[in-house]
Amino acid sequence: MIGLDTLVQGVLLGGLYALFAAGLSLVFGIMRLVNLAHGDLIVFGAYLILVVVSVLGVNPFLAALVAAPVMFALGWLLQKVVLNRTLGDDILPPLLVTFGLSVVIQNALLESFSADSQRISMGALETASVDLGPVTVGVLPLITFASAVLVIVGLNQLFYRTAIGRAFRATSDDQVTASLMGIRPDRVFATATAVAMLVVTIAALYLGTRANFDPSAGPARLIYAFEAVIIGGLGSLWGTLAGGIIIGVAQTVGAAINPEWQILAGHIAFLLVLLVKPRGLFPQGGGR
Amino acid sequence: MTALLETRGLTAFYGDFQALFGVDITLARGETVAIIGANGAGKTTLMRAITGVLRSARDQILHAGTGIGHLPADTIMKRGIAMVPEGRRLFPSLTVEENLLIGAQHKGGRDLGDRIDSLFARLTGGPDPAAMAGDHDGSGHWSLETVYDLFPILRERRRSPGTALSGGQQQMVAIGRALMSNPDILLCDEISLGLAPVVIRDIYAALPRIRETGASVIIVEQDIGQALAVADRVYCMMEGRVTLEGRPDTISRDDIHAAYFGAAA
Ligand SMILES: Nc1ncnc2c1ncn2[C@@H]1O[C@H](COP(=O)(O)OP(=O)(O)OP(=O)(O)O)[C@@H](O)[C@H]1O
Ligand SMILES: [Mg+2]
Repeated sequence: MIGLDTLVQGVLLGGLYALFAAGLSLVFGIMRLVNLAHGDLIVFGAYLILVVVSVLGVNPFLAALVAAPVMFALGWLLQKVVLNRTLGDDILPPLLVTFGLSVVIQNALLESFSADSQRISMGALETASVDLGPVTVGVLPLITFASAVLVIVGLNQLFYRTAIGRAFRATSDDQVTASLMGIRPDRVFATATAVAMLVVTIAALYLGTRANFDPSAGPARLIYAFEAVIIGGLGSLWGTLAGGIIIGVAQTVGAAINPEWQILAGHIAFLLVLLVKPRGLFPQGGGR
Repeated sequence: MTALLETRGLTAFYGDFQALFGVDITLARGETVAIIGANGAGKTTLMRAITGVLRSARDQILHAGTGIGHLPADTIMKRGIAMVPEGRRLFPSLTVEENLLIGAQHKGGRDLGDRIDSLFARLTGGPDPAAMAGDHDGSGHWSLETVYDLFPILRERRRSPGTALSGGQQQMVAIGRALMSNPDILLCDEISLGLAPVVIRDIYAALPRIRETGASVIIVEQDIGQALAVADRVYCMMEGRVTLEGRPDTISRDDIHAAYFGAAA
């Protein structure tokens, strides 16, 4: 019953969850900020891509490319104007503010687009599949997974091979000493959130093309993302991919046993991992 | 002549607690000044105020005549004032080489981030510290290679995490990291703290070479003998005030004792 096919589908689904989670992981890793509006930002991105597709009549990939700089700028402003003011020793203000942001985004989307569910059409790509010997997989899930791996490789390169990444890590270690090195922490944070919003745009592209979405779809994505980040170990990007895959596989296997168990199985896998490894699979410093 | 660096009636607070009560010190170009004083005298607080970690009133700190007391730490650093902080404070996530490179992260001029910040400051009517960064361009003698020449052991350990090194080696990284921006003013807070005498000697041996490159230096030191040996001038602090100022050859042991511990009489 639970064949290779199920596992492969689960792993590929995990790629989508890893994309949901990567931006969250990035922001948490650098500034210890849990953005409760992360899922809603993904949904917002999906609507933005939808609008670009219908206004410019371009295909969704091109539309995401158009949306990306807009999302980047929004992320920068959001951090600079709102979130930087909430950071400090107290962890409550960022939670309250991002929760408020989540409500605002959901309501704004509801007002602008109604509660109807939407989908970004990929045309023939939606049903295309390739034969990989023993299993047949959809092209879109495959592209999603490849995107997730590319995003994580890219973020790791950014983190460990560039001056910006060095500033990210130094600021995350010790803000005061970083500022003695000429780094401005609020600017580093704004850049980090802007980069996270690029990842959100990619996540939004696949959220919108692989399933229906509506203004209230955000919180569930936040939970999957959150679980993936925690399973992987806070701050480890490869861990986040592993976490996404574990939830994806658990959901697909659960669904194969009983379709009603899909979501529940993911949450149970999350709890099981936490029971065995309370700090996640690759706690801080691990997943280089 | 204007001093390179000067504090005028500098005060500093931690919340309601006042740690500095009107501190006046000067540093001339090319000079090495030592600041001595017992634990809690306010030496580190003075360094924090100068580097902008603690903000002061604009004209309580003058850099070549310009008031800089109100500026944030990153802007002060960009003006050419670099800090070797107390306790070394290497970045644990960075290798030795990355710790050094981050000292040279800022390469002079206004980058895109500065421009965005300035634009943002103009739109919101907020302050624009980037405009106060001055024209220090961060170029000069010091680079990865010259820092490795100064402390050859760091070249061997360049791939190690900074915090995997011995205390003395970590101190070398902290000094090298500050040098990487080619500062005009180097502030060193207790670079001998917790180190063995031979290691302290190695570290202090670097000081003449640092001064040769034109940097003016302030060293905070609890080891009075060490301070008197290297400094052109010495300040002694006690309870947030300067209690003695003079040249090492003109101040007596008794003066220092009184300034350090308070007049017993
Ligand atoms: N973060 C802080 N919050 C509150 N008070 C502080 C803080 N840091 C220092 N102080 C107080 O300010 C005073 C001066 O401390 P400072 O660290 O400047 O002394 P110091 O001369 O550097 O001492 P040491 O030789 O021990 O390094 C002390 O009374 C200290 O308790
Ligand atoms: Mg001190």
